[in-house]
Amino acid sequence: MSDFRVKTMAEVAASGEEAEILFWVGCAGSFDERAQKITKAIAKILHHAGIKFAILGTEEACTGDPAKRAGNEFLFQMMAMQNITTLNMYGIKKIVTGCPHCFNTLKNEYPELGGNYEVLHHTTLINQLLQTGKLSIRGGAFKGQRITYHDSCYLGRANDIYEAPREIIEKLDAALVEMKRSRTNGLCCGAGGAQMFKDAENGKKEVNLERADDMLETQPKVVAAACPFCMTMLRDGVKHHNKEHEIEVKDLAELVANAMEL
Amino acid sequence: MISQLFFLLLTSVAIYVFAKNLAKIRRNILLGKDIQLNDNKAKRWQTMIKVAFGQSKMAVRPVPFILHLIVYVGFVLINIEVLEILIDGLFGTHRVLSFLGPVYHMAIGFFEILAFGVLVACILFLARRYILKIARFQSPELSGKPNKDAATILLVEIILMAALLTMNAADQLLQSRGAEHYINAGAFPISSWLAAPLFVSFNNDTLVLIERASWWFHIIGIFAFMNYLPFSKHFHIIMAFPNTFYSNLKAKGELNNMASVTQEVKLMLDPTTSTPEGYAPPTSFGVKDVQDLTWKNLLDAYTCTECGRCTSSCPQNITGKLLSPRKIVMDVRDRLEEVGKNIDANNGSFADDGKNLHSYISEEELWACNTCNACVEACPININPMEIIVEMRRYKVMEQSSAPTSLNNMFNNLENNQAPWQFSPMDRANWTLEG
Repeated sequence: MSDFRVKTMAEVAASGEEAEILFWVGCAGSFDERAQKITKAIAKILHHAGIKFAILGTEEACTGDPAKRAGNEFLFQMMAMQNITTLNMYGIKKIVTGCPHCFNTLKNEYPELGGNYEVLHHTTLINQLLQTGKLSIRGGAFKGQRITYHDSCYLGRANDIYEAPREIIEKLDAALVEMKRSRTNGLCCGAGGAQMFKDAENGKKEVNLERADDMLETQPKVVAAACPFCMTMLRDGVKHHNKEHEIEVKDLAELVANAMEL
Repeated sequence: MISQLFFLLLTSVAIYVFAKNLAKIRRNILLGKDIQLNDNKAKRWQTMIKVAFGQSKMAVRPVPFILHLIVYVGFVLINIEVLEILIDGLFGTHRVLSFLGPVYHMAIGFFEILAFGVLVACILFLARRYILKIARFQSPELSGKPNKDAATILLVEIILMAALLTMNAADQLLQSRGAEHYINAGAFPISSWLAAPLFVSFNNDTLVLIERASWWFHIIGIFAFMNYLPFSKHFHIIMAFPNTFYSNLKAKGELNNMASVTQEVKLMLDPTTSTPEGYAPPTSFGVKDVQDLTWKNLLDAYTCTECGRCTSSCPQNITGKLLSPRKIVMDVRDRLEEVGKNIDANNGSFADDGKNLHSYISEEELWACNTCNACVEACPININPMEIIVEMRRYKVMEQSSAPTSLNNMFNNLENNQAPWQFSPMDRANWTLEG
């Protein structure tokens, strides 16, 4: 990062400091070129809000979500216990994740294996920061723009988080246009359940193209996402229809960072 | 007197057979693995009252919601009249509850309106299924028996309501003619114009015959229908209540933790880990057959009314893939019935028949699931098809090592690189070095 350095928990611990919150970046956020931009936006927002945060860096490993969903409970628990050992070693209490899958696994599936933390998805944290005035959006880069929001299954149905992402869009002063299938009825992007890592079964259509139809119907300027895997699927959908020059697919963190000119 | 004895015998046989079949279903459900779902009773009662009694999840689709509500309210309230029929039948009385006076008068009138509503709603349901051909009723898993089951239920309800109205039509004419035994009781806002005009020319004897025949037909019909329930999707009228009571109260995103694996993994990571007294390493993982599912999964299977809201909200099914959550649940019920019959035929123990749940559900279906919870959300009575799919995946992966190659590659990457892709774990924080 250009104007500040993101520290690791190891560095923070070595310097005798303490971090308020661990930023769990996730595999997509660490390695996927597109998702790295989301990661950077989150880091900038946290830094701007004056939050002392750190990452695990090379000590972070996949939460095990895709292994668990694909039925490999052994591998999942090995990944989980390895991560829990690291997290507990640093005495982590609060975690913000850049990915709804990491969020769900850390929040719901780690406690039974000995990992108990307060876990937030970045949209919830950003919304809190906006509400408490630690962040404020001025300038109105998105004023009046048609933005549609794609509910991530692992935020929405899996964890009943429907409002925080929408409240952020409201604060951007944008015009939120709902797709015909949204909230509890939202249609999956096609990536979850380890589908991201395999080809689809035979059928009439790819799931992300079905979702692309929903998006295009709302004639949006921006499609807002809150998950790096949804991001990949939705962008492919938009590209399939040759609309990538008219419609931007952006994570909510990117929208906020843009609006704040971070 | 003879008719009273006959009625007593009929009632006893009907209740006996019904109870026997219920016991068999209970036995089948308890073939499943134990799971503790007795916590938080207050929340459980609340969920049952809201979801089953209050039908809160039906409202998402307004047309079937209203039609279903009429049939549901009709069923519950008209059954109060069945109570009277039971007393009349056993004691040879006629309209024994008529001593309630105006309340009775109004109730019978209201039941008539409801009966007519049920009749119309059932005709509309038939039309939706067989004339409008609503998409979710055309799936391949419904062809054959399930389709016949649906038609049977609707036709029986139509016939039962018609019998009730016919009985009332004859009754009111007999009442107005001052016929012996037919005391003046009840209001007949529907049958007075729908059926009574057809009967005015009949003499009293014919009317008594029509009234008695309808009365017997109605009550025998109800007994027969009651005994049809355990073999039908219509069983949901009972099972919806326990099934919503035992709903999953945790976040939908949480998949259950396999405790048997936890112990093994702990031993693997640290061989000095102490094992609990009497610890025996697990012999199998995941779900091979219905006995490996939990009793809640099996309760789900008997509760399913095959409405297909799960399937019509499944992203994979919508896009033409083989996976249909409804079929998964129906397959569990079919296999469980088969296992139950096998146990009955083999003096109480299951004899290997060379089949299991995977004989019903293919890999193509299992591997398509997005675990998006759309099916779970859509079910009006809180059935969870997704859990069954994940448990069967566990069997495929941990017992048979038969995941698709691409998923095996992902597993390898997780083991070697701590990420599902082939990136070096040492590069994980490289993004911090860029602008």
